[in-house]
This record gives sequence, structure tokens and C-alpha cells, in this order.
Amino acid sequence: MTSATLTSGATLGSQRVSEDVRYYEDAIRLFVIAATFWGVVGFLAGTFIALQLAFPALNLGLEWTSFGRLRPVHTSAVIFAFGGNVLFATSLYSVQRTCRQFLFGGEGLTKFIFWNYNIFIVLAALSYVLGYTQGKEYAEPEWILDLYLTVIWVLYAIQFAGTVMTRRESHIYVANWFFLAFILTVAILHLGNNMNVPVSWTGMKSYPFVSGVQSAMVQWWYGHNAVGFFLTAGFLGIMYYFVPKRAERPVYSYRLSIVHFWTLIFLYIWAGPHHLHYTSLPDWAQTLGMTFSVMLWMPSWGGMINGIMTLSGAWDKLRTDPVLRFLVSSVAFYGMSTFEGPLMSVKPVNALSHYTDWTVGHVHSGALGWVAFISFGALYFLVPVLWKRSQLYSLRLVSYHFWTATVGIVLYITAMWVSGIMQGLMWRAYDNLGFLQYSFVETVAAMHPFYVIRAMGGVLFVIGALIMVYNLWRTAKGDVRIEKPYASTPHKAAVGAA
Amino acid sequence: MAQEKKGFSHDLIERNTLLLIVLTLITVSIGGLVQIVPLFTIESTIEKVDGVRPYSPLEVAGQSIYIREGCYNCHSQQIRPFRDEVERYGHYSLAAESMYDHPFQWGSKRTGPDLARVGGKYSNDWQVAHLVNPRAVVPESIMPGYAWMKDRPLNYGDISDVLKTLRVVGVPYTDDQIKNAKADLEAQKNPDGDTAALMKRYPKAVVANFTGNKTVTEMDALVAYLQVLGTMVDFTKYQSPKQLQQ
Repeated sequence: MTSATLTSGATLGSQRVSEDVRYYEDAIRLFVIAATFWGVVGFLAGTFIALQLAFPALNLGLEWTSFGRLRPVHTSAVIFAFGGNVLFATSLYSVQRTCRQFLFGGEGLTKFIFWNYNIFIVLAALSYVLGYTQGKEYAEPEWILDLYLTVIWVLYAIQFAGTVMTRRESHIYVANWFFLAFILTVAILHLGNNMNVPVSWTGMKSYPFVSGVQSAMVQWWYGHNAVGFFLTAGFLGIMYYFVPKRAERPVYSYRLSIVHFWTLIFLYIWAGPHHLHYTSLPDWAQTLGMTFSVMLWMPSWGGMINGIMTLSGAWDKLRTDPVLRFLVSSVAFYGMSTFEGPLMSVKPVNALSHYTDWTVGHVHSGALGWVAFISFGALYFLVPVLWKRSQLYSLRLVSYHFWTATVGIVLYITAMWVSGIMQGLMWRAYDNLGFLQYSFVETVAAMHPFYVIRAMGGVLFVIGALIMVYNLWRTAKGDVRIEKPYASTPHKAAVGAA
Repeated sequence: MAQEKKGFSHDLIERNTLLLIVLTLITVSIGGLVQIVPLFTIESTIEKVDGVRPYSPLEVAGQSIYIREGCYNCHSQQIRPFRDEVERYGHYSLAAESMYDHPFQWGSKRTGPDLARVGGKYSNDWQVAHLVNPRAVVPESIMPGYAWMKDRPLNYGDISDVLKTLRVVGVPYTDDQIKNAKADLEAQKNPDGDTAALMKRYPKAVVANFTGNKTVTEMDALVAYLQVLGTMVDFTKYQSPKQLQQ
């Protein structure tokens, strides 16, 4: 199973195309800085709106600061600003190495993509705060910004695919399959879900062609696959490059990566209707959505196994390398939330979980545990390499970040499990006389303690991210913290046996 | 490299970028096509019921504000066919009831209650007081207050363009409705005026000076929208579920 798996294994370690030329790295550094910045902004925004749900006075009575306008700022900041910049950085970094080739179109194109993508982010966030939105979750930017993003995305696709096409390696490395699928599918989803007619060419407001039930289906085809391709396929590309690199082991199974890739991208697309169980969407579509969601469990765990088992023979590194710990824990969280997802897509379970905080908790076990953790691992990997430092400023600080963030996630998702399941049960509770037992607002009041705990989880996650910012900044400066190194202790049993 | 013996080898795809791209595009297209295309062609997707009409101009403006403020982040408009939901909110939602919603407003989270049938449940005054300060009427509420919206004049200079755009995307507004959009919008705010033409074009529209302001404000529009939600279909006409079958 572990037979020679890295088609371009020989090149993974090299930093040079040829003896005297280095890969493009200036633009990658920009993406890394932006990712770090937007990560903190996005986590702060999330923590703030979490506090608004616990303490509504924090809406401040201003039109720009209400939960309804800030929630898209949070989701866009973490998914598209943080996640997006991480994906640009990692994909454009690794594709050069796995293809032993410069970026197609030159570094000027990469910088153009960088500046325009980040300007797009700023404009999108401003537009939500000012009240311009399409009103579709994770697809809020109005038509003019959608067009802008389309141009940027096409350039990115050309640069990435062009690099793969002009590669000097015979084979396309598995990480690049996932990055390609992510780029292409996100393009399709973006175009498909944003077919709108503007009210006027000079205004922001537009109306989508589709309405009602079709609009719902198209939106969740988009929304679920924004998760499936932006937050999963793209980040699996990161997993397939950075986990083997950091563990210095080949990918566990070559065959499993082939099966993983094709089944994942085939099945994911079908899962959207599980967001619409028991709605006016026809039953046949709901049933298809549920069936494929359950099947999706298999490729998801196949990928998880492939990622985690890559550590075969290198498990001891988890003790001494907290960066690898981030990468591997992220894959474990991926396994957890891709089990929970199929579970929640089963209709009777969904009857309880839908519309409640359980969904929010599920999203965050994936978003914080999988997406953010693998991003942190990749950032800790990239900064010393890109700034030409021999090591991180401090591995101890990486470990502090790891534990702070982990405790934050645990607080977050357990609070949301309890509040979600509790609220779902309260909504359907009947008293002895056959009346609904709770008014709606009683169920809202019951959420308060869990909203406070959730916000505390968010605060811990922010603190962890700030520890990372400090560590990365000192690393870039070239500082090294005087600290006790992590010693690799021999395995006790082995010692005993000897 | 794992050595393949004979016949098809994945090796081929790994060496050919275009082949990889084309196969990927095919693979990711199938599910979406199977699930989306039939929704436009199967006639039973949307039930045939009487009463669902395009929104009045003031309601359309109100829906824009509903979307602008991100109300859908916390409120669903989709009642599931469960005993508790039907008792709490009313008849389960029909696809027909949202067929003029561009985009749909079903939502995904109930931080606040479902609003699919909130129309007529509370008085206009309650709606205004609640929007201005939710905790004044529901102490445990965690909803943001929208006091600033109460007196802000509604910008409706382009209301006939809005209706025209909606007609382009499939809402069956008549020439008559588009021509009178501005007049209808103002008429819905003025209970003392002549509303016969408005009510003919938009049956069941709630006519009132919602906020008591002289000019039409954003909150007038929002409350007009809320008050029509879920009221268009007369469910007493559909006694057996058979009559509603898709």
C-alpha cells in the first residue's frame, strides 16, 4: 500500500527549478500575510456576532452593526478571505514544486491576482455593511462584484492549469488534481448561482433568474459545494502536499488517492438537497440528497485514512513537532465532521437538527477543526521557508496555539450540540394536555448560557490565532526563541524490550 | 509509481492535463444536472393553488429591506410538515407560496421564529414597536433593534424598474401593474385614499399607515411585506391533502 506514491517525490524537496533560479515566492509571501491578517479579522468578527447573540445590546442600534449585516462579513472573511488566501498561497507554492516549473503567466500575474482578490474582499465586506447583498448565504456579493470575482478566478485558473500543463514532471501530482477540481468547480458554482439581472446598470440591486423551490435547490447546490470544493477539495490539496512534506513520508496509498479523488468529487455535488429536508423541495430530490450524503462518508474517510496513515513510521513526530500535530489533528477533525455530516443528512435526524445550532456547531467543527487547523499547519510550514529562516521562532508557542485553539473548538462545538439538540427537542415538546410545551421565545432564552460558552470558545480561538501572528512575525524577522526543545523520547516499550 | 498491468491505466489521466480537466468537469456536472434540471421541467414541482400573486410594490420594497438586513440569517420562511410546526406556525409551506421570491427566503436557521405565516398574526402597531425595540414587547428577545428604520424615507424612485426587472426573471407583472407601481406603493400606505384599484391588482394587500409617518418609510414597506407573508392561499379551500398533492 505504501509503495512509491509521490510521483514527483524527487522534486518535492527541491527549492530550485534549476541550479541558479528560485521559484516565485514574493507573491506567495503576500498571500501568506493576507491569510494571517484575514484569519484574525474573520475570527474576531465571528466572536463579536457570537457575543451579539448572547448580549443583543452589542448590536449597538446602528444599521451597519446588526447581526444580519455582520454575519456575512464573518462568513466571507473566514471562508473567502482567510481560506481563499491560504488556498492561493498553498496551491501556487506547491504547484511550482510538484511541477518543477515557474508559475504560468509570470509572477506579475500572481501579484495582480493577489491585489484584485483582496480588493474584492474589502469591497464585498463594505457592501454587506452598507446593505448591498444578494441575500444568499455564502454568495452575498452583488452582481458587479460577482463579475469582478469571475475575472480574478479565470486568471487564477489559467495560471494554475497553465503551470500544470507546462510542468517538467511526467505526472500530475495528486495535490494538483484536488486543486484543479477545486478551481474548476468553484467557477461553475459561482457562475451557476449568480445568474442575476440588475435593476439598473448603475445600481447594485439585482434579481436572480430562478425563484422559490428552484432558487433553493440552486443555492444549496452552490452552498454545499462551496463546502465540498472550496473548503474540502482545495484543503485536501493542502493535505496531500503538506502532510507528506512535514512528516517526510510518502502519501500512504496511491490507489486510495485515486479512489478518494474521483468518488469525492462525484458524490459531493449530489449532497446539496440535505439542506432542504422536509421543505417544499420535491421528495425525490431530498431522498437523492440524503442517499449521496450518506455515501459521501466513504470517500471522506478514505481521504482521512490516507492523510493520517501517511504518518506511518513517523508517529513519534507528533510529540516533537506541533506543526505536524496541527496538520494531523485537522485531518482527524475532518474525519469527525464528515461522519457527523452524513448523520445529520439522514431525514429523521435532520428533522431535529435542522434550523438549530447543531448545524452551526457542525459547520464549525469542520471550519475550525479542519480548515483552520490545516491552514495553521501550512502557514507554520510556509513562513520559515518563504522568509528563508532555518526554523520557526518558537515551537512551544505553536503548541500553546494548538491547545488554546483546541479547547476553544471543544467549547464551541459542545455548546452548540447541547443548545441545538435542546432547542430542537423543546420545539417539539408537548405537555400532558397535548399543547406545545414551550413558546418560541422560551427556547431562545434557554440558549443564553450556551451562547456565552460558544463565545468564550471563540475568544480562545482568537487568542490562539494572535499567538500565531506573533510567532510568525518573529519568525519572519529571523528571531529564534530561547526555549527547551521538544526532545524525542524513545518509546517506553522499546526501552523495556531492550 | 504503481505499475499498471494492462488495459486502462489511471496513469494516462495523470499525464494529460486536458484529459484530467475534462473528466473532472464531467464528473462534477452530473449530480447538479440530475437534481436541478428536472425542477424546471416536472410540472408537479409547484402545486397549483389559488391566491398566490406577485408582491405589491410596497411589499417588494419591504422584501428588499428584509434581504438587505439579512433577516434570513435568523428567520426561516418554510414550515415543515410536522405536528409541532403546523401547530406553532400554521399550514406547512407550499412550493407555490414562494414561487415569486427571487431569491427564495426559506432560510436555514431559526434563531428567531419562522415567518412564513407571520402575516396577520400581530397587529401593525405590534410589528412597528417590535422592530423599533424587540425587547420592549418580548423581553427575552435577542433580535437587533431597527429604530433607525422607522422614520427613514423609503427610496422608491425606481420601483417600476424593479417590477420590470422582476418581470424579466419571470414574475408575471402586467403592464398595468408596472405603470401604476408608484401610485400603488403610495396608495398602500394611505388608508384614507382610494385603494380599490390597488386591491384589485393585489388582493389581500394590507393597507395602513404603518408607522404613522407622512412619507413612506422603510419600516412601512417592511411591515407591509411581513403582514402579507403566508396569507395569500386560503387553506380552508383545500380540505384534504390530496387536493394539495404535488
